[in-house]
Amino acid sequence: MEKFLDCKGLVAPLDRANIDTDAIIPKQFLKSINRSGFGRYLFDEWRYLDHGEPGQDVSQRKLNPDFVLNQARYHGAQVLLTRANFGCGSSREHAPWSLQDYGFKVIIAPSYADIFYNNSFKIGLLPIVLREDIVDQIFREVDLNVGYYLIVNLKDQTVTTPTDETYTFEIDSFRKENLLNGLDEIGQTLQHAGKIREFEDRKRIEQPWLFT
Amino acid sequence: MQTLYEKLWKNHVVHDGSGETALIYIDRHLVHEVTSPQAFESLRIAGRKPWRLGSVLAVADHNVPTTNRSNGISDPTSRLQVETLDRNCEELGITEFKMNDLRQGIVHVIGPEQGATLPGMTVVCGDSHTSTHGAFACLAFGIGTSEVEHVLATQCLLIKKALEMQILVEGTLGPGVTAKDVALAVIGEIGTAGGTGYAIEFSGSTISSFSMEGRMTLCNMAIEAGARAGMIAVDDTTIEYISGRPFAPKGELWEKAVSYWRTLKSDEGAKFNRVVTINATQIKPQVTWGTSPEMVTTVDGRVPDPLKITDPVKRNDMKRALKYMGLVPDTLISSIYLDKIFIGSCTNSRIEDLRAAAEVVKDRHIAKNIKLAMVVPGSGLVKLQAEEEGLDKIFRDAGFEWREPGCSMCLAMNDDYLSPEERCASTSNRNFEGRQGPAGRTHLVSPAMAAAAAVAGHFTDVRDIHESL
Repeated sequence: MEKFLDCKGLVAPLDRANIDTDAIIPKQFLKSINRSGFGRYLFDEWRYLDHGEPGQDVSQRKLNPDFVLNQARYHGAQVLLTRANFGCGSSREHAPWSLQDYGFKVIIAPSYADIFYNNSFKIGLLPIVLREDIVDQIFREVDLNVGYYLIVNLKDQTVTTPTDETYTFEIDSFRKENLLNGLDEIGQTLQHAGKIREFEDRKRIEQPWLFT
Repeated sequence: MQTLYEKLWKNHVVHDGSGETALIYIDRHLVHEVTSPQAFESLRIAGRKPWRLGSVLAVADHNVPTTNRSNGISDPTSRLQVETLDRNCEELGITEFKMNDLRQGIVHVIGPEQGATLPGMTVVCGDSHTSTHGAFACLAFGIGTSEVEHVLATQCLLIKKALEMQILVEGTLGPGVTAKDVALAVIGEIGTAGGTGYAIEFSGSTISSFSMEGRMTLCNMAIEAGARAGMIAVDDTTIEYISGRPFAPKGELWEKAVSYWRTLKSDEGAKFNRVVTINATQIKPQVTWGTSPEMVTTVDGRVPDPLKITDPVKRNDMKRALKYMGLVPDTLISSIYLDKIFIGSCTNSRIEDLRAAAEVVKDRHIAKNIKLAMVVPGSGLVKLQAEEEGLDKIFRDAGFEWREPGCSMCLAMNDDYLSPEERCASTSNRNFEGRQGPAGRTHLVSPAMAAAAAVAGHFTDVRDIHESL
């Protein structure tokens, strides 16, 4: 995983709660055996006027002018601002993949679904939790200010607005270190290979039926 | 005094991380074709091999056609994905039930059916409905592709300990009311984020009265309440179900295992972070009306009115859902007509589900307005048993299509889907926008309620049909 670098990112607001993983990346795109190329299908049903299938020429498709991400002022956004329970539904990691591939580096919401939240960290997409009233405030500011950006500093765990208002966020220290250093989680776990084998040896004696 | 969750957690800690995080050993890794290809590929690129092949069981279920499969899969992308799973399993020596294997089916049906899901196990799969296996007092939860790779490579996962919720369901369910209705009623009560951050243990007299299949239906839906894992303690029902299954222990090992399994329940007086009590006697057959499982009401209820909602965000959500679903406020649920009926999915496609539906449609026929009614058994073995019981004939005579096993129209990754604005009574687990097809309108119900809707052409109270049976 690449290191998470602090960013000064344009904010795109998606003012809807309970955005589920079927909306983030519809199932027909999960047929891909590749890890990349999902960005163009992000929020596919909302983003385009026509129905999307894998393999289509995306340049030929009609964009939905009413969808917020299609508005010119939000092109190039790196921070997605949204509402409670973002990412509910499926365990598909394709959801954070498509957000990251689209260009988002950070998501800000009052809450996330567990599996989505967890999956995001695996690929270095940072899901920040801010209090509902703060998220409300930022939504209002984004709406009123074209080009509204936020400065995200992972090390300091801060989000700073263009008017220098700073909000802090909580993050598990292990996850933070992994993101800051771009660590390979599997490599880290394999450092405990000895312990894993010891555990198995013990289990083979205590619960032998698990090893037949 | 420990809860079941605490016992399962402590039993699997390989290494304590910082805070509430620990390296947890994984006993059973179920794999399907959609969330594994990139994991296998990354494993290969890193030059790593699976840590423990015997723990892995694979099956293709999401993409497979439910019609005659002798010609294979016509969609080239789906075909490639299934073939990729086949190839990966062959190359690495992983046990897989291929598409034409009698034992093939939906991953969360075949695991328990084969005895591959055993009490006390940690069970993971790249699929959120892995919570199903919690019915066997397992710590079972869905994972993403990166974690699939992690488990393949290390047999472990670094996970954060959840908070614990007890959902106590007491009382006898009325006739025609099922585990599916209990699941929907719970979600209606606590919401789709009610369980976020929690592992849920379901207990109480109602739960004890459920068969294993009923328990699986309930635990399957735990994720729809936001809980990554749902579980139920071991009792005689659990032991009886497992006995004799192919992967289950035999002889002396069986005795040892049963003795351990019987300890898998919460101790008397163990504390939970949150307790929710549900009175089962008051639960009526449920029908979702909206685009989230929490948007649910009873069959004798009405579509809600957004104008009665004070919270502006909730009001807008409701308006949007009603618009998508093409429903007018205050409409009687029983006046909603359907286009299609889907009986299937990892929630409700086991033999008892099929029996319940067959009982309702026996000697009756689907209504004229139903364009398509289909039954998709959860596995080849479920299908075979249903055929031995003559259920397939009952369904066919009633005008249903009798299909091959797979996830099918639950999420419509294969050829089974709704056309735009088609309305479906579905025994699956999610009614999100576009889930069963772009602009498709999904109503979640129990198998008996889906069957009743098929016959009436609109939602109808299955309890009325029960009285006349």
